[in-house]
Amino acid sequence: MNQSVSPSISFQGYARQDGRKGIRNVIVVGYLVECAHHVARKIVTLSNDMDVHLIGFPGCFPNQYAYEIMRAVCIHPNVGGALLVSLGCESMNREKLLQEIKASGRFAELLVIQEAGGTKSTIEAGVAAVARIKAEADKTPRVLMALNELIVGTICGGSDGTSGITANPAVGRCFDALVAANAACIFEETGELIGCETIMADRAITPELGAEIEACVEKAEHYYRVMGFGSFAPGNADGGLTTLEEKSMGAYSKSGSSPISGLIKPGDIPPSGGLYLLDVVPDGEPRFGFPNISDNAEIVELIACGSHVILFTTGRGSVVGSAISPVIKICANPETYRHLSEDMDVNAGRILEGVATLDEVGEEIFQNVVDVASGKRSVSEELGHQEFILTYKSFEPIGPSCLPVRQLA
Amino acid sequence: MNNSDLNSAVNKGSVAKAILLHPQDKVLICVVHIYAGDVIVVDGESVVINTDIEVGHKLARTNLAIGDKVYRYGAPIGSMTATAVRGEHVHMHNMQSDYIPSHTRTRQNQDRSES
Repeated sequence: MNQSVSPSISFQGYARQDGRKGIRNVIVVGYLVECAHHVARKIVTLSNDMDVHLIGFPGCFPNQYAYEIMRAVCIHPNVGGALLVSLGCESMNREKLLQEIKASGRFAELLVIQEAGGTKSTIEAGVAAVARIKAEADKTPRVLMALNELIVGTICGGSDGTSGITANPAVGRCFDALVAANAACIFEETGELIGCETIMADRAITPELGAEIEACVEKAEHYYRVMGFGSFAPGNADGGLTTLEEKSMGAYSKSGSSPISGLIKPGDIPPSGGLYLLDVVPDGEPRFGFPNISDNAEIVELIACGSHVILFTTGRGSVVGSAISPVIKICANPETYRHLSEDMDVNAGRILEGVATLDEVGEEIFQNVVDVASGKRSVSEELGHQEFILTYKSFEPIGPSCLPVRQLA
Repeated sequence: MNNSDLNSAVNKGSVAKAILLHPQDKVLICVVHIYAGDVIVVDGESVVINTDIEVGHKLARTNLAIGDKVYRYGAPIGSMTATAVRGEHVHMHNMQSDYIPSHTRTRQNQDRSES
């Protein structure tokens, strides 16, 4: 692939007061407990605007991780403003969250159903609040944004035996070109990198980071062993994958061939351009169940790390998108593409049919990233996919060896 | 790695039905649906395939014995739990993970852990 893709490629972004830049100007409506979900959803539906997105956390009991992810996504550079919807008696610290969103320079409001007169009253007040917030967000200045200000995440879902030979390595080529242009690229799901730990550690920019990477995969293996299964769905086997390490090797090729600059956890923002591994497996003894209950839980974590765009590879055929950041879908399997072409942005299955090379598909994915960053709607975005899942987890902060670039800076 | 070189090592002069991803690999990856009775060329020799094999699935490049490590992408992806002859489908029925058991619908039914 043409590694000289110009770092001078730029597009119009949204300038946030904290200095970050976004590629969308989304208003989020966030429910702070499941009991407020219906009201928040009605507000989003009645607002009838594809840039008003529903997010939220269903739990009533306190969880630091859930709070931090809610804060991270509410002040994500693609977000222009937020409406928080609380029932009133849940644990989430709504006042603190509201203050932190306002402190980021965004217009934000809070509605407490128990104080607002109930369901109907809160929905009416919420629709009016969204209109006010949107009017403020529309004043956000537009500014030139370059590739070295872009953060791109990648995930695979519904993997099959073709994922690791078409879509995943093609994303790897795209990642190599983005990293060469000094963008930040994030790959993840350490539970799906079991078996790749040694070769991955060799790519770390320092031996200490390499040791952290091996330790985090070891942690993932222990965690999944307690769960009783690897991160492996029946559909993976239908598609020809037999073992977790086989799935891992295929997933790993999404990372491309750049050196690994750091190991981050959900909510950590990459400090500079380069390739980063996101550790999504909770720390400590397993407590809250599977690390990520489905693909969208991982996408939310990639977004919490600042991802403006998500590259989603699929073999069996996933149809999801996401709230907040557009998802570009790259179909690995030519047969799946024929069944589900209306949900796919890129047909990497052409590689198997001998009509396109990995480099050509890599360049097509790269062009899709630039186009979507420039405002073009991805297929899932246009279809209105705005999935969002946030569950209970716990993490310790990353250690000093995890981000050597920050120490060098 | 150069895909076209590897492809030609498997099926010279015709569109490959199964491809070799790495010279060390013990399995080929099926890239079009293979039907029982199809003949494919593996390392220069014609092999009759006995079962249907779907896209993305693996078939043995050589005869494999119980305990043999299975290589794909040049990396170990598990071990054989039953023998397989050259050209035979390699999957859950004759190989397993060296790390963690895989969750399948069959196992789910056996465990009765879910309805």
